[in-house]
Amino acid sequence: MSGNPAKVRLSREHCRTLLHQMLRIRRFEEKCAELYTQEKIRGFLHLYIGEEAVAVGVMQALAPEDAVVATYREHGHALMKGVPADTIMAEMFGKQEGCSGGRGGSMHLFDTEHRFYGGNAIVAGGLPIAAGLALADTLADRSRITTCFFGEGAVAEGEFHEALNLAALWQLPVLFVCENNLYAMGTALDLSESQTDISAKAACYDIASEAVDGMDVVAVEVAARRAVAAIHETGRPRFLECRTYRFRAHSMYDPQLYRAKEEVEAWKERGPIRRFKTWAFEAGELRESDVAEIEAEIAREIDQAVAFAQDGTWEPVADLTRHVGAERRP
Amino acid sequence: MTDLTYREAMRGAIRTAMQEDERVFLMGEDVGHYGGCYAVTKGLLEEFGPQRIRDTPLSESAFTGAGIGAAMNGVRPIVEIMTCNFSLLALDQIMNNAATMRHMSGGQVTVPIVIRMATGGGRQLAAQHSHSLEGWYAHIPGLRVLAPATVEDAGGMLGPALADPDPVLIFENALLYNETGPAGDPGSVDIDHAAIRREGSDISLITYGGSLGKTLAAAGQLAGDGIDAEVLDLRVLRPLDDDAILATLAKTRRCVIVDEGWRSGSLSAEIMARIVEQGFWTLDAPLARVCSEEVPIPYAAHLEEAALPSAEKIVTAARTVLGR
Repeated sequence: MSGNPAKVRLSREHCRTLLHQMLRIRRFEEKCAELYTQEKIRGFLHLYIGEEAVAVGVMQALAPEDAVVATYREHGHALMKGVPADTIMAEMFGKQEGCSGGRGGSMHLFDTEHRFYGGNAIVAGGLPIAAGLALADTLADRSRITTCFFGEGAVAEGEFHEALNLAALWQLPVLFVCENNLYAMGTALDLSESQTDISAKAACYDIASEAVDGMDVVAVEVAARRAVAAIHETGRPRFLECRTYRFRAHSMYDPQLYRAKEEVEAWKERGPIRRFKTWAFEAGELRESDVAEIEAEIAREIDQAVAFAQDGTWEPVADLTRHVGAERRP
Repeated sequence: MTDLTYREAMRGAIRTAMQEDERVFLMGEDVGHYGGCYAVTKGLLEEFGPQRIRDTPLSESAFTGAGIGAAMNGVRPIVEIMTCNFSLLALDQIMNNAATMRHMSGGQVTVPIVIRMATGGGRQLAAQHSHSLEGWYAHIPGLRVLAPATVEDAGGMLGPALADPDPVLIFENALLYNETGPAGDPGSVDIDHAAIRREGSDISLITYGGSLGKTLAAAGQLAGDGIDAEVLDLRVLRPLDDDAILATLAKTRRCVIVDEGWRSGSLSAEIMARIVEQGFWTLDAPLARVCSEEVPIPYAAHLEEAALPSAEKIVTAARTVLGR
């Protein structure tokens, strides 16, 4: 593995956790894809498969009180932030037991108890929100941070530049994590950006930035821990570009005309789960029996989540106009 | 009772809110060192310091979005956007985040933010600084839209807006900032109801914001001819006070709506639709309205004047409705 594992406790237990969490996201989303074909899940469904090392690695560095703002490809982030698989699955079924009461769906998972603030489906729309969450913490003198995940497509939006400038200018405790999977839907990075080195853009705003192999969960964790420590130490934002790849289509409607099958296969060879498992086996940290145990635990959790979603109930249509404004005002 | 300018009343309301609640802060372009584009916030930086009176970069989307995020996290931001034309640069944040967050999250995330902005024409500022877009914002579920037209409302609407658990937009017609009037009792001001500004029995003139003065002037002219007009100030553009609209109509049975927005798809169109839906049988004459002409606001004074509602246009419309 690359990075600096010396700063991460790569105990057997920690290795098990990293593999468990990556596999958990993978299996959860494979189940989602299956349920989509069965029309249990509808609307847009954006899978994170291939990119699991980013959410899993970054979240190792976060505390429960830290806030997360993510994108419409956020099932993995929600799972990692502690949102129960049950309520995520129920949300995707559109049931009122879902983490957003069935009002949000796959793209708008929310759970304030776990400080998970969406689920934002406007590209770059979450960056100003993250800056604001951090501003409130600064004003209230709380020492927690906000982490904002977004794709490299967001870099083309004005809100990316406005928010980075504001966060640096006002010294806001935000960890910006760019999940660079090389394609904004079907548009390759070099077809949309004059400067394709994204971490260099952050540096323009005087934000310390780092690019890391986003297929290497340990490298991501090391970089994230370093960034979070620096944010706490300096009160300033940090930027982390994780170079990764989406194995599946952009959404369930994407025929993937914009990239070669060989390219996808080459990235799968470097897949974060395959790679970490191979390393952990060779290092003697994990064995096949561990993987079997993990898979069994995950299968149980997912079966339970699907049953929970299936057993969930539809919000009465009489409640249609709820959650537009407060039910009680002063 | 003391007379104040509209600007002073608004400034006083901001000061009071900041004194009473340390969670309240204000941010926007030139609100601090410059003293506010319309001088509303003049002196507040010295009084409250740069943490609470925050000059922002020219990044409407980022600072409005930051206000939304901050509101989601326990503080009470007042965001000032220089003019409503500039608010279009923040429309993504206002519409896709502020207005939807409570709903998308199934009621978990609330956005108690107040966004103030100047609106309206009449100052020869041409087609990028003169429009009245409050009617657009009144289209959006999840927002409360206010249009203080009097000094008392300028001083009184901010407090309840900050106390509201949901996003509130305040549209301040820029021609009103120098208007003077009684301070009134800001503590008695609500953000739910329309208000009768002139009692009358022959015709209802329904308006809001910067058009209230023109409408009252028109009512004065009509009175000289023996026509007794009632003037209803909507005050709250979303949600509309249907009861007040229908009540004045029940009394006068005739109506002209005055709206500085463009006619097509306007707030006036919505009010007319509601009257037709809910008060059709009380009408003794077709409805009429005075809106801005369907043209970007021109620079030349005579053309701008021709584009905007005026007392004369209101008088003419009222006479037509009354047939005299």
